[in-house]
This record gives sequence, C-alpha cells and structure tokens, in this order.
Amino acid sequence: MKRRNGFLIAGLVLTCALAALILLGFFWTPYDPNAMAAGPKFDGPSLAHWMGTDNFGRDIFSRVLKGAGATASIALATLAIGAVCGCLVGALTGYFGGPVDEVLMRLNDALTAFPSILLALVVISLLEPGRKINVIIALGLVFIPSFARVTRTAFASLRDVNYIKSARLMGASSARLLAVHMLPNTLPVLLPALTIGFNNAVLAEASMSFLGIGVTPPDASLGYMLSEAQGMLFAAPWYAGGTGLVIVLMVFSVGLLGEGLRRRDKGVL
Amino acid sequence: MKYALKRAAAGLATVLIVSFLTFAAFALISGDTATALLGTSATPERLAALRAELGLDRPLPVRYGEWLLGFFTGDLGVSTSYKQPVWEILGPKLRLTLCLSLMSFALITAVSIPLGLLSAGRQRFEGARTALNQLGMAVPPFFTGILLSWVFGVGLKWFTPGQFPDAGKDFAGAAVYLLFAAVALSIPRIAMTARMLRSTVQEELGKDYVRTAISRGNDRGQVLRRHVLKNALPPVVTFLAQTMAEIVAGSIVVEQVFVIPGLGRMLVTSIAGRDYPVVQAIVVILAFWVVLAGTAADLINQRIDPRLRTGGAA
Amino acid sequence: MKTRKLLALLLLLGLLSAALCGCGGGSTGTTAESKPTDGYTSTGTEAPADPQPAETHPNEITVGIAQDLDESLDPHKAVAAGTKEVMFNVFEGLMKPTPEGDLIPAVAEKYEISDDQLTYTFTIRDGIKFHNGETVTAGDVVNSITRCIEPYEADVLAVEPLSSVEKVTSVDERTVQIRLKEPNTEFLAYLTLAILPAEYDGQDTAPVGTGPFKFVSRAAQDNIVLERFEDYWGEKAYLDKVTYKIIENADSILMSLQSGAVDLFAHLTSTQVAQLGDDFNIEEGTMNLVQAMYLNNAVEPFDNVKVRQALCHAVDRQQILDLAFDGYGSLIGSSMYPAFGKYFDESLTNYYPHDVEKAKALLAEAGYPDGFSMTITVPSNYQPHIDTAQVIVEQLKEVGIKAEILPVTWESWLNDTYIGRQFQATVVGVDASTMTARALLERFTSTAGNNFINYNSPLYDSLFVKATSSGGDEAQTQFYKEMEADLTKNAANVYIQDLADLVAVRKGLTGVRFYPIYVLDLSGIRYTD
Repeated sequence: MKRRNGFLIAGLVLTCALAALILLGFFWTPYDPNAMAAGPKFDGPSLAHWMGTDNFGRDIFSRVLKGAGATASIALATLAIGAVCGCLVGALTGYFGGPVDEVLMRLNDALTAFPSILLALVVISLLEPGRKINVIIALGLVFIPSFARVTRTAFASLRDVNYIKSARLMGASSARLLAVHMLPNTLPVLLPALTIGFNNAVLAEASMSFLGIGVTPPDASLGYMLSEAQGMLFAAPWYAGGTGLVIVLMVFSVGLLGEGLRRRDKGVL
Repeated sequence: MKYALKRAAAGLATVLIVSFLTFAAFALISGDTATALLGTSATPERLAALRAELGLDRPLPVRYGEWLLGFFTGDLGVSTSYKQPVWEILGPKLRLTLCLSLMSFALITAVSIPLGLLSAGRQRFEGARTALNQLGMAVPPFFTGILLSWVFGVGLKWFTPGQFPDAGKDFAGAAVYLLFAAVALSIPRIAMTARMLRSTVQEELGKDYVRTAISRGNDRGQVLRRHVLKNALPPVVTFLAQTMAEIVAGSIVVEQVFVIPGLGRMLVTSIAGRDYPVVQAIVVILAFWVVLAGTAADLINQRIDPRLRTGGAA
Repeated sequence: MKTRKLLALLLLLGLLSAALCGCGGGSTGTTAESKPTDGYTSTGTEAPADPQPAETHPNEITVGIAQDLDESLDPHKAVAAGTKEVMFNVFEGLMKPTPEGDLIPAVAEKYEISDDQLTYTFTIRDGIKFHNGETVTAGDVVNSITRCIEPYEADVLAVEPLSSVEKVTSVDERTVQIRLKEPNTEFLAYLTLAILPAEYDGQDTAPVGTGPFKFVSRAAQDNIVLERFEDYWGEKAYLDKVTYKIIENADSILMSLQSGAVDLFAHLTSTQVAQLGDDFNIEEGTMNLVQAMYLNNAVEPFDNVKVRQALCHAVDRQQILDLAFDGYGSLIGSSMYPAFGKYFDESLTNYYPHDVEKAKALLAEAGYPDGFSMTITVPSNYQPHIDTAQVIVEQLKEVGIKAEILPVTWESWLNDTYIGRQFQATVVGVDASTMTARALLERFTSTAGNNFINYNSPLYDSLFVKATSSGGDEAQTQFYKEMEADLTKNAANVYIQDLADLVAVRKGLTGVRFYPIYVLDLSGIRYTD
C-alpha cells in the first residue's frame, strides 16, 4: 500500500494546470478569440491552431481558453449557491426534523418539480436579460433541491450517532454540532454530488446559452461552444471533441482533487 | 394509516404549490399566449381581441381558480397551441418518457448497487477504479448520446437515429432505441451511485463498532449486511429517489439527441409557446413524480434504519 | 437479514419497472382502441399511421422539418411560416401561385374581370372536391372569403387588403362574384386564400382542403402525416404518403439524414450541407426573406439618417456571405428580394458600398467621431441571424462602434422587440405573406401596426397611397420601386441578403420546385426509377 496520496497530487496538478490556463486566458490568448478568419474555415488541429478553427475561421483554442473561464466561473458560482443553500436546508431539515422539515421539504419538492427553464425565464424577466449574474442565480436556485435532499438524509442519519450525542451532552451548540461535527461527515455524499453538480452546471449553462439566456455570442462559454459544435459534428469533429474534452477534463480534475482531499482528511490510504 | 394520509396531504400540497407557482411564473415572463400565437402578425387590436377570447384579460386568481376546478374534475383543458385536449397530446409522450425513465432507473439500480458493494473493501486496482469512476461522472450524457448514435446508429446500424419506431408495430426496435438513450442518460448516475455506496460502506467499515464486531469473530459478511448497510444505504436510496425525480428533467437533453418525442421536449416547447394548459399538466405530472419518489425513499429508509422514523417525518 | 431482503426488493423493483414498462409499451399496439404511440389519427380515417420504412414502401418519403406545427392548422389562423410551408400542400385558394411567380386558377376554373376593374367573376371548377369528399360550392367560397374580411372569431387573421371588398356573392352553385370598392391590381394575389368547407368545424386539428395532399395526422413534437388526395382536380401528387418528422437538434438533423431516417430536408445551412456526403443532391433556391439589421428609426442615435448610412457603409455584406454562409445567398439593398423579379431593383443593391472611411466621416458629421455603443437583439432560435450578427459586431469595431449581441427567446423577441418596439437594432429576416410587393412594403408606412422600426417618411407614405390606388400594373410597379428607393436612400435598415435555401434531397428523388414565397411544394417530388 502506497502512503502517497496519488489522487491529491494528480488532482492538484491537473486543477492547477487548468486554472493556470484559464487565468492565462483572461490576459492572453494566441489569437483574438472573436477575430474572424484568423485561419481558414474548419481547419483541423495544427501547430498554428492547436484545436483547429470553427466555421468563422476563429481559433478554437483561444476561444476555449476564454470560454473555460466563463464556464468555470458560472459553474462554480452556481454550485456555491446550490451547495451552500442546499446544505443549509438539508442540515436544518435533517437535524431538527418536525414541522421545519415538513415545510422546507415541501418547498424543496416544489422546486424540484418546477421546470428549471421556466425558473430561469422568470429570473431573467424579473431582472435583466443578457447578464451573467442572472444565469448564475437561476441555475443556483435549480441546484438547491438536489443538495438539500442528499445532505438531509446524511444529517438525519448522523443525528443520533453516539459521538454527536456526546458532543451535545458536553454542551455544544446546534450550530457548532452541525458545522464542526456533522458537516465533515457528510462529505462522502457531498463530494460526488459536487462533482456531478459541476458537470450538470456546465451543461445547464450550455442549454441556457442555447436558449439565449446565458453567455452572449460572440463571447463563448464551453457549453455554448459545445452546442454550436453539434451542427458541425461531421465537418469539424475536433470542435466538439476539443471543447468536450476540456469539459470532461475540468470535471475530472476537480473530482480527483475532491477525492484526494477526502482521503487526506480521513487518513484513508 | 395516519402517516399515509399525512403524506398524501403533503404531496397534494406540493402539487398545488408548484401549479400555482407555474401559473404565477407565466404572469411574470415576457410574452403571453396571445403574442406567442399571433407571432409577427400581431397588432395591438388583434392581441386585445385574442386575449379577451382566451380569457387572458381576467385576473390571475380567477384563471387559476378555473384551472384548479378543471384539475379536480379531471379536465386539464385544451392546448392553446395545438387546440387539442391536453391528455390527447400528452398520453403517448407520458408513456414514452415513463419507459425511458424506468429503463434508466432499472439500469442505474441494477448496475450501480452490485458495483458499489463489490468494490467496497477491495483494494486491488483501487486507484484505477476510482479514477475510472471519476471519469464516468465527468462525461456528459449529451456526449455519450452522440457517440452512441454514431457508433451503433450510423456505423453498426443497430438502430436508426432520428427514426423512433412505433412501439406497437416494432416493439423490439423501440425497446432497443430507448435502451441506447437510457444508457446515455445513466452512465454518470451509475458512476455516482456506485461511488456513493462504496464510500459510505467504506466509511462504515472503518468505524470502531464494525472493527470490534469483526475482531470478536463475527462473520464479516453478516456484519456487512446487518450493520453496515443499515447506515450506508439511506443516502444512496435518497439519491436514487432523487435520480428518479430528476431523470424526467434530465431526459430533455437525451430526448433531443435521440429525437424521442417525449415529455421533456414537450415541456420546453410548451413553455416557449406559452401553452399554459400543457405546461401546467406536465408540471403536475412532474410534481407527482417527485412526491412519489420522495415518499418511496423515505419509506424505504425508515424500513432500513428505524431511527430515521422517530424524529423524521412522522 | 432484513436489509438483504430490502436490497433484493429494491433490485426487483428496478427490474419489475423495466418489465412493466415493456408491458406498457406493448399494450399500445394490442388494445383495439388505443392509438399508435407516435401518431394518433385525429381525422377518424381508418388508415393506420405506418412507421416509415422507405425500403418496403418506395412511394413515400420522410421530410425533416426543424419546427413543429404547434398552432392551429386552420389556414386562416396559422401564422408561423413553418406551418404555412407544410400546409401549402393541403390547401388551395381560388388562385394559386406558380414557381415562376404567376397566379393560376386553382379552385376556380376561370375568372373574368369587368372593364371597370371592380367586379371579379369566378367559375368554380366542375366537380372539384374537398378531402372529405364534399363538392366545393359557391357557398364554401363565399364563406371562406368573408371569414377573413372581418373575422368574427378572434383568432382568425383578417387579411387587411381584403377590406377593399364591397361584397362577395354566390351567383349560382358554381359562380362567385366579388365586388370591390376601388380597383386593386394586386387583388388576385389575395385570393390564394384557402377555400374551406363551410359546414366543417374541425380545421384546427384535422384540416380539410382541396390541395394535392390530404392531412392524416399530427403528433405534437413528433410528426405530421399527409397522403395523396386521389380526387385532386389537377395533376396528382406522385408520392402516396409524406411524413414530416420534427427534428430540432442540429446534430440530430445531420444524423437522421446520414442514417437514412430522413429523405429530404429544406433550409439547411451551408455548413450542414457540406457535411452530407454523396447520398444527397443539394438543390439551391432562395428563402425569400429580407434579412437585414433592422434599426429602430425612432431612438438615438439611429434617428439620425447619417448614423444609419454610416452603418450601411460600415457593414461588408459580401464578407458576411463569405464568412457565415460559405458565399451562398443574394445581396439586397432594400426591402425586396430578387425572386420578385418584377419589383426588385438591382441598382439599389450596391447603393452603400463597403467603405470604412466614409462610414467614419458620416459618424463624425453626425456627432459621433468616436463611435458609440449599441445592442443588437437577435432571436436565439435562428442560427443564421446569430452568425450574421457576430460578423457585423466584428465589422462595426473597425469604425469605432462597440456592438453587443443580445440573444433573446423568440417569444420575448416578439413581445419586446416586434410588438413593444423596445430595441436599437435587430437582425432578422422578414418574409412576405402573399405574393405581392405590398406584403413587404406596407409595414414601413408610418401608421402601419407592424412598422416595428418606426420608419417615418412622408414621401414613402404618399407613394404607398399612389401605388395601391393606381389602376395600372406598370404604374404601380414604378411606385413600389420608388418606395424601395426611399427605404434605401434613408438607410431605413442595413439590408443584407436573401438567404439561400439549401435543400438536401436523397439521390433517386427529384422534382423540388422553388417558389417566390416560403413554401415547400411536395406534389412534384417523385422517385426517378
């Protein structure tokens, strides 16, 4: 058995590399990501264009660099809203139970059943179209119920575990109990939920962009680029391939990092 | 019995909340049924006339009350776009989406639970397995869908993408077609469920009481079944129930990739067409679905772990 | 033990549900009264909706369409271009358009126009039948026309130009007389209005007309089935049956063509066409749309004619075609497309050549030497317009204008941009509802309800009055051309192009006909062998 935490290292390396690229994308890209005819149309991957060019002859790699930043920030912000609010709801309902549980879980069910697109449209109509923050709010709301449900059960099953009981007897406050003693123990459920949540957020952002309520063209997000690439699957497979790969890589490396962190905390391996 | 009644009442409450929220949402978003119907031939006069005819000029509570009355008498109304009774449109779609969802659910359960249990506590290739699992979670269903259509549809010709067979005429064909869609939909969920189960089981296995039990000479398998699963399963069951609830929404993407005329696509276009009778009906169906899955999860969890009952929902 | 049982139960539940689902699916075909899942027959015809195996039934095809027919199928109520395009095969008026842009009698056998141009007498074709077997009578014709003059149903669309009709009367079973208040040389074009059976009230969902194809069924979001009408008065359709399949997803469109599920798909993009390979012939026609960056003439800075002209000079339309459309499409310079040969004025096309310096100079004259910021609203469901807007944004940068694209859903575009007129600029395509110049030009008169760009030119208004009241065809054409020139000179909009209509047709099929309006005529389509 190795003592080295391979997941943490691999996760850190991959995530840092991606983060560095994204940061780089904010300041510099090989080509202007929106400049048309930077190269020939539908040019395959080459030294000049690492990921080829799209239907306007724009450099896909430059667009991916820029787009990954938009996607990562939207997805992370969305997840933050979803996970924080979801955990809060889950903790309250799971820990206290009773009427709080009833009311919040009914609302939660209602939110789950409420079509996310309609929700997004309402948020956009109430606020102002074409702004990133609205997409984040709408998507964040959509992600609350799933986190709430998952964590609720975890909290509920932890409530009567002995060490929690003893901590309570020792006079720990509910807030402290929840935050310090129980939250870390929900990680095994929370981490995969976060990983999948990130994936869903990226895709949800894509469909929102496609409906015209997300990132506005010509600016790109990975999701929007992926939906654009759909129509060019046969002419430029590298377009869908490149953007898809970056999405997979992003989710994958974040997942590895999460796994590594979990292992370090638990002392597993 | 009392519990069941309470549960049913709570379920109904959820359905009503959602239906009202949907109604309210329609009042908030830009554009209404009349503008959607008239399109570019709209003029202020025409819009006013059509709104009057559709009864859209009446206040929101009145319209919602009317819908509610219809709902309780089993009349879901007529689609404003298609001019057909809502049930006539949604019936076949509901069947399809139900099939797709149940198929995916069966797939997820049947694959992920054994996978999760088997991999728990085993150390061989543990790293590689976890990495593979992470990868499974990272691949979007949309991508898998395209890949499957390409390889098995265009390449191997096991099915014809874009041509969903009539289930009445070609049952096997329809089933195969749906299966591919279900696979695309399931993969990340399988990976996630398996992993969740595995890590919760692992967690429990590492706890003192388990170690003590095993060191006392109890059969390892028995401990696993009697004590470990009891603590490890509830979050997984909850997650499965939630999966069940979300599959319908998740099927939108897959339905689109595979051109399956199901509820998901219908929901999106009905919202776009401001066809509120259809949207209301789908939302109610979804709400029922969510409530049902949630109830089932709670019931199962309480059977597994009675502690959840005492302070939980009862 | 208990947990194991539960686990087993859970698994069983999963498997059971799969089996159950199988039963559910299977029962649809076996129960006598239940309908096929993908197309219940709403007409009550016995013909079961066949799944479309093109190999075994060679005389039918599947046509892909990107938009569902999600509205009333009543031709007097339908508004979407996509619906009209399909229903063109089902309905006919007294007159019908030809691919050349002429009008020929359809339900009518012949017509006479009185010398004062006020009385039109139509003789209905002998024995011509509706799809439900009833014979067309003068009563049906009178009813169909009066229904659209002053509709008593809120969702029937009044045909504005028909207001010049004084009265419609049936002289005898086969003769209809229409009297006008004033002469109107374009009048016949409006009589392409569908003739419907007066005693039938199921048009919304099970339409009945006189066209070469009859309607069989519609399954929402799935398909529309038409069959050949055997009692058609004219040359009968070649195909026995046509199934329209609704496919919205861009890669699914390609996949369904490649896999053989779809035989014909119209309105493809050049990118899609380039990926199709050898199984298809590509027919090129025109979309018959006026694609432009429409400008709100009432808001700053676009209320200044110099700014609008600067925009026209700044936009390089040929580059738009090259970059976004692989060179397909025909450039235009006013609200008229080339397929309307009679009204199209070639000389306007290059009125504003691409000239960055001139654009800058004009902007400076208008008081914007450093350019300004603007928003281009684009309905997000239509990729060609988004693509066009993306190129324009890049081009406007060169003259110092910072443009931003605001993609909106089609519904909010309708509500806020089109009806609400809350916008600065928008890239869309405007089509003609009938084959008349009026259908394209009337909307820019200052009082028109659909003048969404708030164009206001007294000269234009007076020209329109002259055009509609002039008796002679030639004079009228001249007035219409002057109106077009007025739009161009005042740079009402940045006119771009009429998009190319690229139709993919599976090899072995032939007979695609293009019209100067947005329709897809299937009656001529046939297998070559």
